[in-house]
Amino acid sequence: MEELKAELKTKIIEALNLEEVTIDEIEDQAPLFGDGLGLDSIDALELTVLLDKDYGIKVTDPKIGKTIFQSIETLASYISENRTK
Amino acid sequence: MEQDYQISRHCRIDTQGVYFNGEQISVEASADFASFSKSLYYSLGTAYPKFFKMDNLSKLAWLGAELLLKEEQTTNIAIVLSNRHSSLDTDLKHLATIADSAQYYPSPAVFVYTLPNVCIGEIAIRHNLRTENIFFVSEQFDSQLAVNYSNYLLNTKRADKVLCGWVDYLQENYKLVLYLVEKTGILAHNLDVVRQLTR
Amino acid sequence: MKNAVAVTGMGMITAIGDDVTQNYHSLFQKQHGIKTLQHISGKHQHQTLVGEVAWTNAELVEKLGAEVPKNSSRTSLLAAIAAREALSQAGITVTEDMPIVMGTSVGGMDIFEQHFPHLLQDNQLIQRRDVGDSSRVLAQVLGSNSLVTSISTACSSAANAIAFGARLVLSGRADRVLVGGSDALSRFTINGFDSLMLLSDELNRPFDANRSGLNLGEGAGFLVLESIESLKKAAKPILGYLSGFSNANDAFHQTSTSEHGEGAYLAMKQALASAALTPQAIDYINAHGTATENNDRTEATAIVRLFEDQIPPFSSTKAYTGHTLGASAGIEAIYALLALQHQLAFANLRFENAMDRPSLEPIADHQPAVIRHVLSNSFGFGGNCSTLIFSHEQSLY
Repeated sequence: MEELKAELKTKIIEALNLEEVTIDEIEDQAPLFGDGLGLDSIDALELTVLLDKDYGIKVTDPKIGKTIFQSIETLASYISENRTK
Repeated sequence: MEQDYQISRHCRIDTQGVYFNGEQISVEASADFASFSKSLYYSLGTAYPKFFKMDNLSKLAWLGAELLLKEEQTTNIAIVLSNRHSSLDTDLKHLATIADSAQYYPSPAVFVYTLPNVCIGEIAIRHNLRTENIFFVSEQFDSQLAVNYSNYLLNTKRADKVLCGWVDYLQENYKLVLYLVEKTGILAHNLDVVRQLTR
Repeated sequence: MKNAVAVTGMGMITAIGDDVTQNYHSLFQKQHGIKTLQHISGKHQHQTLVGEVAWTNAELVEKLGAEVPKNSSRTSLLAAIAAREALSQAGITVTEDMPIVMGTSVGGMDIFEQHFPHLLQDNQLIQRRDVGDSSRVLAQVLGSNSLVTSISTACSSAANAIAFGARLVLSGRADRVLVGGSDALSRFTINGFDSLMLLSDELNRPFDANRSGLNLGEGAGFLVLESIESLKKAAKPILGYLSGFSNANDAFHQTSTSEHGEGAYLAMKQALASAALTPQAIDYINAHGTATENNDRTEATAIVRLFEDQIPPFSSTKAYTGHTLGASAGIEAIYALLALQHQLAFANLRFENAMDRPSLEPIADHQPAVIRHVLSNSFGFGGNCSTLIFSHEQSLY
């Protein structure tokens, strides 16, 4: 799981163009949306593409995203339970 | 009664360099827009992380607007921009993501920028400009249209100032010329001056 | 009404009709034109609900019965059909020198994408993508040597084209102009909107509590605008007046609109001011009403802010045509003029339950009424918010 979390941090920084954010700055439990990283609705959609492309998970309801993308922790759990790649 | 207006500030960003009111400012222009735009961004000193999410056209437009409006107090500024290639640079990226049905992953963040006027949106968000804004597509900058339209907006008091100009980007070829039209300034706002600025 | 220009011609083609008369009949019969995609191959064909014009490009060329440049985009073919109808109604032959202002978002993308990625070697095909090319092809098909101006501001493109043309007339630079917008469906836009999760897999339900997104559409809508002064010398039937217009930026987000609908509110408020009208003067609103969660809520919020407790009947005709993007304001301008002509506010199809906040209801059925002034909204990505006001030909003063 630790490896997956680190991998996710790298991927998120790249996919969402978080130019000035380092892996160390992203805490496992910290909220991804809201203040923290300043992510918005388009970022949430990009993350669903990432889930599909890299992990083979299809999320069709944008509202589910809110729970999955709460934090690196929740995202990693969801992926390890549902990944097909 | 129609009055004459002035251009208070102008800038140009192209593959030759970056110019503010005609003077080259100290940034190395290079063919690699990604690194060039990043270094210009940092040299301007405005912390705006969302800059890095923008597409190339919006980055270019944002940088030009930042050069002109960074110290600006007014928000009653209309925006009149135009270009030759619309959002083609980003359109091609979007097409690439939907071309292969086996590797089919359209990116919402890319699609958002497949409209040239989104670059105006980025400027408006940054500087809080809730004013009139329009984007024209033409082979070359239409100086007559720009002059007439800016005058119209100011004469009818639809805005106190007009941010006007050309912002074009396609595959490492880029050219931005922006100027601010208002009551007082350093250059006369007329056809000859605008033609000269935007050549 | 110092800002008014006369409308002397209208022309259109949409999923609900090939001309203005057919469109009106469909509106009157409450007949929408939204079905599964037919003409574009790929994952969305026979799946995605769209408001598609019935004809293939070859059939459109035949309908035009004119010389058409090779590889003309569907956008320009639709534009030519609509423009020709408008000119014919205004009694104008195309050899007259008359500025053309066209709004579009797709331009020639429908042709361009068919050849991708091979087109990058073909400069002529890159030309076709050019938003400006669709307007030039339009001028060519019409046999016009006029000045052509192309505007690309997403879903408000046609509104800005109409307003720009009106300004040319009001400033004395032209006695008459041909203005409007056109957009064809394309894999490009369908896939793009799909990636933003904005498409509904049901028929759209503007302003309904259970709406689930938009259906894309295609079409073209054009107007001929003429100066009131010039019509005093050579009278012709006036279909109505464009009496006010305004544009504002929402300055909030690239694609979503702000909670309080600030851009929409400013556009509507300033359009009223430009027409020297109070909110109470508006008898019907043709809303932008795309049926997305965000637009309908924020547009309704802006309507409540401006009209307070005197909200006029309003509806979204996108329930009939789908969201025709850069053409929408041109198409809906004509629906506003038809409402004036027939004294009828059109039903907002498929509305059943009002939203919570704000709790506002469009008209679920046709509403005959005294209609003197109609307000039409068009809001595009990039925060571009435009409002046009049309007035009955007897309600100008």
